[in-house]
Amino acid sequence: MKAIKTHDLTKSFGNLVAVDKVNLEIEQGELFGMLGPNGAGKTTLAKMLSTLLKPTSGYAEVWGNDVTLKQDEVRRCIGVVFQDPSVDDKLTGRENLDFHARMYGMKRELREKRIAEVLDLVDLTEKADIQLEAYSGGMQRRLEIARGLMHRPKVLFLDEPTLGLDVQTRRHIWNYVKTLNRKEDVTVFLMTHYMEEADYLCRRIAIIDKGRIIALDTPQNLKRLVGADVISIEADSDRLVDLLQNFSWVEWMTEEDGVMNLGVKDGKARVPEIVMAAHGAAITIKAISLHEPNLEDVFLKFTGKKIREEEGDARQHIKRIVRAMRRKR
Amino acid sequence: MEFSLGYTLWLREMKRFFRLKSRFIGTLGMPLFFLIFLGMAPINLPGSSEGGYISFLAPGIIGMILLFASMGAGMNLLWDKEFGFLKEIMVAPVKRSTIVLGKTAGGVTTALIQGLVILVLALPFGLKLTGIYPQFTILGFFLGFLASIGFMILIGFTFVGLGVSFASRMKDFHGFQLIWNFILFPIFLLSGALFPLDVFPGWLQYVAYINPLTYGVDGLRGSLVGVSEMPLLVDFAALVISSAIMISIGAYLFSGAEVD
Repeated sequence: MKAIKTHDLTKSFGNLVAVDKVNLEIEQGELFGMLGPNGAGKTTLAKMLSTLLKPTSGYAEVWGNDVTLKQDEVRRCIGVVFQDPSVDDKLTGRENLDFHARMYGMKRELREKRIAEVLDLVDLTEKADIQLEAYSGGMQRRLEIARGLMHRPKVLFLDEPTLGLDVQTRRHIWNYVKTLNRKEDVTVFLMTHYMEEADYLCRRIAIIDKGRIIALDTPQNLKRLVGADVISIEADSDRLVDLLQNFSWVEWMTEEDGVMNLGVKDGKARVPEIVMAAHGAAITIKAISLHEPNLEDVFLKFTGKKIREEEGDARQHIKRIVRAMRRKR
Repeated sequence: MEFSLGYTLWLREMKRFFRLKSRFIGTLGMPLFFLIFLGMAPINLPGSSEGGYISFLAPGIIGMILLFASMGAGMNLLWDKEFGFLKEIMVAPVKRSTIVLGKTAGGVTTALIQGLVILVLALPFGLKLTGIYPQFTILGFFLGFLASIGFMILIGFTFVGLGVSFASRMKDFHGFQLIWNFILFPIFLLSGALFPLDVFPGWLQYVAYINPLTYGVDGLRGSLVGVSEMPLLVDFAALVISSAIMISIGAYLFSGAEVD
């Protein structure tokens, strides 16, 4: 049995297809990542898998339970950490966890034992009895992760667990996620738009854009798809494109905001070649750089654009900023 | 099992209520000022001879605080939506109807507490509690007190249900003011809380008689100062019906709502 399995899973809102025929198979115990820009459909997918939204068509099961027919069974075996905060800030950390445990029907001794365990796991034991309004953003996030684990779920959904957090806190949370995946033996389904996050944490990654999965493999294999090296060039003329097309060793090429990206083998040797050729054609190269491929390049290769904040509707955007600020406080 | 889940939700509502003291005091403010300043008016109404206008007014104001508090409790579902806590509740293996009932139980309890606070506060301003009979007797007082708690609970159920219904259909707080001013206030003013219904033209009286709060205020008056327009049993039956209807509508609308 797979931890998660979907077949042509689709969700549309009116004319907008948010999730478009997604097929996934996630193994038990896997740390699986879904990488894509905001608005790519990650959250919608997570909401369907966690029974908050009903699929428009297609099929999905979590731990062998159909998400539309066996909602209660699905809910019992998943833990969810939502993108936006979902704690009660008038309750203490312990009370938030206790509320959760009671909602999952846990008996008193088990509740107390488990609360102590998960608090320890995320280093919040000392802050357990203060109200959440006094928590920092990172602490609040850690508490939400601990809460998602309270009832020993088989599958834990993490939707942008480090959104709006500083680099140091992000590192901490990554380590918690790695630890719990191992210690608690929980399957983790991570949704993120930070490529470093997916790269660092996940065994396999699906890249999603406009509701479709465009690539799925281990981070290493995905990067191998891009080629050995990536050369980025900024030049003063469009003729560079024509020039580069003449080179047979250019494996792929995309342009983004006036910057050309090329996938090549043995990039070190190609840089002088490009500069020479450009010079010969009277094109001035303003900047040129060479780097090993990362997941950003993979996304770029498949979609022709970068993973970056897409403009959502203004209100959602403002809400997100306000929330991020509230977290940082 | 479902009962203990409902209890969990109730417990949370209670903790929030006692920690949000400013909100509690804020809700008390308006009814209290209505009581104090309107209560000074030299109005003589039939049936209020024993304690003057304040004894007619006080049960109406208790109805008012119950209306505001329970409607507010139902609509605080919107807070849970806004701050994401509703999602935490919705992914738990809990029946949607249990969520509504737990929330309602919490709302009714907090509304009842506020109603009792107003009742006590009205005493120094001249409210003469006589119980279910116009003349004070120990038995009448005792029965009346019990009956008034029953009426407060039923008013609570009715309007928490209404609040949950609205909140289930709203995305955020934008419509809140509209509901408060165009639905809640007319319900209050057309309930006979401030003066008897017979000052209204005939058609408006019909409107008042389909208003559940009319029966609530009448029932409270009957059980606290011993004067009511309708028999207490009629008031009671009307409120039981309105509670059942409003909670069912609330639960139905809430179950159909998708969280986002």
